[in-house]
Order: sequence, then structure tokens, then C-alpha cells
Amino acid sequence: MEIFNHNSNVPFLHWRKISIVIAALLMIASVGLLLTRGLNYGLDFTGGISVEVKYDRTIDIADVRKALDEAGIENPVVQSLGGSRQVLIRLQPKVDGKEGAGGPGEGASARADKVAASVMAALRKERPDAVESSHSFVSPQVGDELKSDGSIAAIFVIIGIGVYLWIRFERRFAIAALLTEVHDTLVTLGVISLVQREFDLTVLASVLAVIGYSINDKVVVFDRIRELFRLARKADPEEILNRSINTTLSRTIITSLFTGITMAALYFFGGPQVHGFAITMLIGIVVGTLSSIFVASPILLWLGVSKKDLMPQTRDNPELARRP
Amino acid sequence: MSDFPRWKYALVALVLLFGIIYALPNAFPPVPSVQVLATHGAPLDASVKQKVADALTAQKVPYSGLAIEGDHLVADFPNADVQAKAADVVKTALGDNYTVALNLASTVPGWLRAIHADSMPLGLDLQGGVHFLMAVDQNAVVDKQEERYADDIRSLLREKNIRYESVTRNAQRGQGISVVLRSAADRSAATDAIATEYPDLLVQDGPSTGDRFVLTAKVKPEKLRELALATIRQNTATLRNRINALGVSEPLIQQQGEDQIVVELAGVQNPAEAKKVIGAIATLEYRAGIGYPGDPRAVEAARTGNVPPDANLYYERGTNRPVLVSKRIIATGDELVDASSGVDQQSGTPKVDVTLSASGAKKMLDFTSSNVGKPMAVVYVETVYDTKIVDGKEVHIPHTTQEVISDATIQGVFGKNFQTTGLNSPKEASELALLLKGGSLAAPMNITSQSVIGPSMGQDNIEKGLRAVLLGLGLVLLAAAIYYHLFGLVADIALFFNLVILVAVMSMIGVTLTMPGIAGIVLTLGMAIDANVLICERVREELRNGSSPHAAIRAGYDKAWSTILDANVTHLIAALALTTMGSGPIKGFGVTLLIGILTSMFTSVTVTHAITALIHGNRKLKTLSV
Repeated sequence: MEIFNHNSNVPFLHWRKISIVIAALLMIASVGLLLTRGLNYGLDFTGGISVEVKYDRTIDIADVRKALDEAGIENPVVQSLGGSRQVLIRLQPKVDGKEGAGGPGEGASARADKVAASVMAALRKERPDAVESSHSFVSPQVGDELKSDGSIAAIFVIIGIGVYLWIRFERRFAIAALLTEVHDTLVTLGVISLVQREFDLTVLASVLAVIGYSINDKVVVFDRIRELFRLARKADPEEILNRSINTTLSRTIITSLFTGITMAALYFFGGPQVHGFAITMLIGIVVGTLSSIFVASPILLWLGVSKKDLMPQTRDNPELARRP
Repeated sequence: MSDFPRWKYALVALVLLFGIIYALPNAFPPVPSVQVLATHGAPLDASVKQKVADALTAQKVPYSGLAIEGDHLVADFPNADVQAKAADVVKTALGDNYTVALNLASTVPGWLRAIHADSMPLGLDLQGGVHFLMAVDQNAVVDKQEERYADDIRSLLREKNIRYESVTRNAQRGQGISVVLRSAADRSAATDAIATEYPDLLVQDGPSTGDRFVLTAKVKPEKLRELALATIRQNTATLRNRINALGVSEPLIQQQGEDQIVVELAGVQNPAEAKKVIGAIATLEYRAGIGYPGDPRAVEAARTGNVPPDANLYYERGTNRPVLVSKRIIATGDELVDASSGVDQQSGTPKVDVTLSASGAKKMLDFTSSNVGKPMAVVYVETVYDTKIVDGKEVHIPHTTQEVISDATIQGVFGKNFQTTGLNSPKEASELALLLKGGSLAAPMNITSQSVIGPSMGQDNIEKGLRAVLLGLGLVLLAAAIYYHLFGLVADIALFFNLVILVAVMSMIGVTLTMPGIAGIVLTLGMAIDANVLICERVREELRNGSSPHAAIRAGYDKAWSTILDANVTHLIAALALTTMGSGPIKGFGVTLLIGILTSMFTSVTVTHAITALIHGNRKLKTLSV
């Protein structure tokens, strides 16, 4: 069985101007979204108070939100906990000078008690069957350490991947891969920002995994480009790149499909804890696949890749030839 | 004409066997158990076991196993509810000299455990447990420092013959120590002395009226910060020692930020009980002794209640003999750097080597040089907060226990390093060393947040995670078989073994399985098939280009390999970063991904090649099912 015609020769590179412009626009839009709307950081990042509430009868999340809104409780995040009778309400701490300054010592716990009490009062006014099952003060998990470690790790990844591609391929491949990588990450974050999905540690992990996925995807196409350049007698870069995309197209899509299937299974059956992870990964797979086809190679062409750069160097290395 | 070497078949068979054996323990779910540990030198023998059995039978609590394992007693129960009830029953039956902890007992057969095959420990989100966030009481750190410096300044002034009126802490915390002197000359002399002796103090002249010349010494902020960090480090280490001694399975004790410690006790369901253990504030005090344990004066004092004003009456741990101990503290537990047990070369008796910090050493030297031949006692002070509900509010009532854990005669002058000898057994020596080292919190801590994840929620997560893994796997297996026919089926077998080997490796290196870890497994399964997709597509291409089936297989594997390598190495670099970033879910996920990439490279290339060679190897082929 084959879904794709193996003789297809879709002129992807022919549309490079359009695809690059679209990619650039998407990137600009994402940056804009991140700057204006920002990410909806979860308690892992901000810290705050979480209250679990049980109802005797089914409750609509919208009703819970309305009840909290009417009581003047600001920016609550309301989530269903499994069934339709339990909800989780998360609140970010109000920063009012005095309390914001001190560390979360005894005061934090007492404050959590107070906030939980006011949340319960608001809910009970609407629905007397609301019972608090637990509340806790959550301090931000993402401390300065993680932030600094994180940026060091990110730099390490970029340099590591770049150096590897440079050594195994050529400078232009490393640059093209990293540029596309930046595009994929930004657009994925942009979509998360657009739909305002909660950004917690699992989503962060997922965004980082998207980087891994998408680089994997690009390398496969690059590998084929290198191979075809080396095989071709007279190589027109545009034609070679186009053929590479076309010959790897079925693999690109099949792999995305297979990975997508597992992530969909995770999304629908893995429970709310991994929702964020799965959905982010799904977004990343779509973005990464499209950019492998439409963005990475045009950048490569634009950087001026040629047959000469890709021939194995040892063969005509004068240094080696001179040795006895 | 198989071109697949024999040794590779052997390697594949070996790795698969290894995978199956080391993944196997995960098929044995752990059972809820109660673990009893003797403390305070109480015995743990058959009579205790009988007592526990009788108590459980009397209360009609069913148990499936009861045995003494090493130095603790373990009882297994059918479910978590029974386990909780049983813990209460056992606790009431045994009293204060035993620690009763909830735990999960492994049901992995002995022969598997003998080859170090054990199941993956489950994270808090998968088995339930309690989560605490504790904050170090930084006020207490400041108090302690200011009190200590006040004492030190007093003795310094006495030593330098500078006459002073008073040395007191300022009423407001953090405002330093006020020294009142009689003349301006004394004040400048005191300023010089303090500034040279204690560079961590900031000395300033205060207002002077008539014959009162005031001088304020404040602890420098950077010194306080340094102290706060040292405090939290020591508290983390102490908590770890204490919880480890309890035998709770897989505790997580982690410093977070500058003044918080996260404690996660998997499998523990009763936060009050856990709180009692981790919230206990214990410290050590080296004090001048008066007499020996069981001394007639001490017995007399215990009988009449007439304790000399400069002494405290305590009891010796284990023997319960009364001891009189001077109120004068020589050094405290936070000045203790290290303690280790060993055997004294000269007498052949067990000993404990102690190392003190510089400040402790100085005080110890001063004391011992004038007190050779006199006793010195080590007092263990433990404060436990009992939580009670009074008028609907939680009230913490402190409950302090003070015991003498060692009372020895000073043999000579010593400072930084010294030993305690004459202990009865190596066990006693190692227990004392552990107590000395782990017994002291540098400052009290408050629990600022606590949450309990019920075992049912953990069970629910496991079921969901398992369902997601199996469903994802199943769908990919199906899709691969449909799309690539026989080659797809071969890839399926490899993918299944990839899961097995991945679980085996994770179990072997003891990765704690969490929900993000499960997500990592699912993602790994999805991406692992990529290598086979690459191979199958290559084989198809080769066939289209007119290669013979055998040549197509060979070329397919050869050509796909470099692509697979490049793609996986770059992916590996990314996974490595996730692992090194190392916080909670990100790390769990990263480790899984890292192992998954490595195992999938083996299974999807070598294992599939071996199977393919087995199927097609010696046959004449017209077509390939791909």
C-alpha cells in the first residue's frame, strides 16, 4: 500500500518565496502574540493557591467560573478533575507590596487558608453542595536555578546540534536547521499563546521535545540532499532539493502520522495531567512537518548550497595526498 | 545467503533476554505494607512479632504476611484502607519505642531480586503519597546568631580586660547587639577588638549619654545570607537522614530556592504522622556533665525533684538511668561537621570520631583544657509538634524530649577532632554516629504547604497511563502492519521489544516513573517507528529501481543507517539537554526520551535486521512484502 505517488515531483522549491513569506509572517505573528498576550503560565511558574472542590451533583465548569467572577475573585483557572463532579480551582497570588516582599513562610499558609475560605464561600452561595476536598499553597517550581539551567541547556543544545550538523554536513545545513528550529519553536509557542493553554512544566518539556522532533525531521531531508548531491553528475541545487523533499515526503508524513497517532492516544486517554503535553506535541508535529517541507530547504537554497561543498573531503584533500 | 553475522544474532537474543528479565519485575505490583522499626534501643524480636500478630487478630485486621526482615518488621495488607487501620493498631500496641511507617512492599520474587531486577519505583502522581513544602524559620537563624555573638562579645571583652556595663541583643530582631561601655576609650578599644576578632560583624558607635557609651554590632547581611544557605543545606541533609532511617520507600527531599525544602513521601497517606517525623526538631548539645548515669546524686535528684540550679536532670537513652547535666552548653549540633564510627586501635573497642567546626573546636578546646577527667554529656533534644484542633483551628503544640545519648569522661584536651570511646557495641557506635550526624536541624522549620495524593488517584493515573501506552502502541502496530505488510510486522515486533527493553533499562537504573515519564514513553514509541519507516521506504525505493529483493534489503539497511544515525544523534543532543535541565517532570521526561532513543536505535535497526535476515535469509525471493 502506498499513499503517495513515488514519482511525484511537486515543485515545493518553486513556491519558496510564498512559503518563506508565510513562515516569516507566522514567526512575526507568534512573537507579537507572545509579547502582547504572553503565555498563560501555570502554578509551576507563578506559584499560587489551588483548591479542590467536590460537588454532590454534576456541575458545569462555566457555572463555577461565573460564581467566582461574581464574588470578584480575579483570574481563577478552573479545571475539571476527571469526572463532572470535581473541579480544581487555581489562583495566582495577588501582589500587594507587603506580602509580595516576604518569603512564603507562615504567612503563605495562612493566606492560602483565607483564599480557600473565600473561594468556598463564593461557590456555596451558588451551589450549597460544594465541599472543599483540599487546598494547598503551591510555591513556584520554576526557580532561578531552573531558569539559568534552562538557558544554559538551550544554548548547549543549539551549539551541540549546530556543531554536529556542521561536522557531518556543512555550515549552511547547520544554519538552515537552526533557523527552522527557531521558527518551529516560536510558532508552537505562538499557537499556545493564541489559544491561551496553560503553560506548565509538562508543556515546557513538550516544547523542548518538539525541538528534538523537528530537528530529527529536518536531518532526514538534509541527509537525502547530501546523498543526491554526491550522486548527481550535474547538480542544479533547486532540482536536487526538490527531489530530496519529494523522495522523503512519504517518510516525513508517515512518521508524523505515526507519532501523531500516539500523541492523540495520549491526549484522549492519558488523563488531564498529560493533556498539555500531548496537545503541544501535536501542534509541534504539524509545525515541524510543514517546516521540513516548506521552510528548511528554501533557506538552504537561499544560503547557496552546492555540490562542491558536499563532496567527501578526504578524497581530494591535498594535505592527505602529500603524505607518504 | 544471509549476510547477517552469527554474533549479531547472539547479541540480539541476549539483549532481548535481558530486556524480558529486567522488565519482568514490573508485572508484580507492590502491596501496601506497614514497617516497624525499633527506636530508642528497644528490641525487635519474635515477641514483638507475636505482639503485632495478636493485636491485628484482636482488631480483626487481615494481613497477608508478617516477617522480620533485617532490622525491621514488615506486615503486608490487601489494600491501602486496611493498611492505614493496621498502622494505627500496631502503633497503639507497641507504644513510643517503635516507629511505624506505611510502605509498599515489593512482591517481586526472590530470584529476580537476587540478580538486582526490581520494579520501577513509582512517582507520587502514580502511587499517591504526601507532599510537603517546608520553610526554614529564618528568624530563628537570626536569633541564634545574635545570641551567640552576644555571648562571644561578652567573653572577648572579659578576655581583653575591657570593662563593660552590659552586652544585650536589641529588642528588635536583626538590629544587632548593643554593648554599653563606661568610657569613650573603652568603646574604641572594644570596637577594635570586636572588629578584628569577628570580621562578620559591622560595628558602629551608638548614642552616648554621660557615662553610657553605646556600641552596636550588627551581623553583616551577606553573612546572614550565607548562614541561611548553610542552614537550609544542613536541614535538608538532616531530613534526609531522618527519613531514610524511617525506611519510607523512595523519599524525595529537595532543597528549593533559598529557604524551602520539598519532601515527598510516596505511599504515605497519613500526613499527620509523616509531619510528626519530619517536623520533629532535634538538636544536639555538648554539655558539661555532673557525675555519671545512675550517679547517687542523680538518683536522689530524680527521687526528690530537687535538681541543683545549674543543672538539668535527664535520663539516659535506652537504660533510662537518671543523669545530672550542667546547664552550660559547650557546643551544639550545628557546629558538628562530621561523625563516623570505627574501632579504637588501642583498646579495640568501638568508637565514634567527631569533627567540629572551627568555632565549636575553639570552645571545645577551652572547655576540655580545664576539665580533663570530668564528664561531658551529649544531650539529644527533640521537639515534636502535635497537631490538635482547638476551636476549629489547627494548633501546633510542641512536645520536647531531652535525653542523654552519651556521657563520657574527658580523657585529654581536644579541639576539632576527638573520639568517644568505651561504647558497648559496633552497632551502638554506628547508631550514635548517625544520631550525631543526622540528629540536628540547624533551625526549626514550618510546613507551608501540604497535599495528599490519594492512592486511588494514583491508581487512576496508572490506568490512564497504561491505557495510553497500550493504545498508542496498538494503533502504531496496526498502522505499520497495514502500510508495510511483512516489514511492518517485523517493525512491530521490534517496537514491542523496544518498549520491553526501555522498561528494563529504566527499572535497572531505578528511574522513578511519573506521568511525564509515561508521556515520554508514548512519544518514544511514536518516534521509534521512524527508523523503520526510513528503512522500509528505502527498501521500496531500491525495489522500484530494479534491485533484487536481497540487494534491496541490504541497500535499504545500509543507506538508511546513516540517516538514522544523523537524525538520532541530533535528537539525542536535545534529549540530553532535557535531562541536564533537571527539574521534576522535565527531567523524568528527558531521561525516558534519552534511554528510548538509544534502545530504539538498537531494536529498530539491529533487531529488525536480524528478523528480516531470518525470514528471507536463505530463500530465493521474487518479491518482498513491503
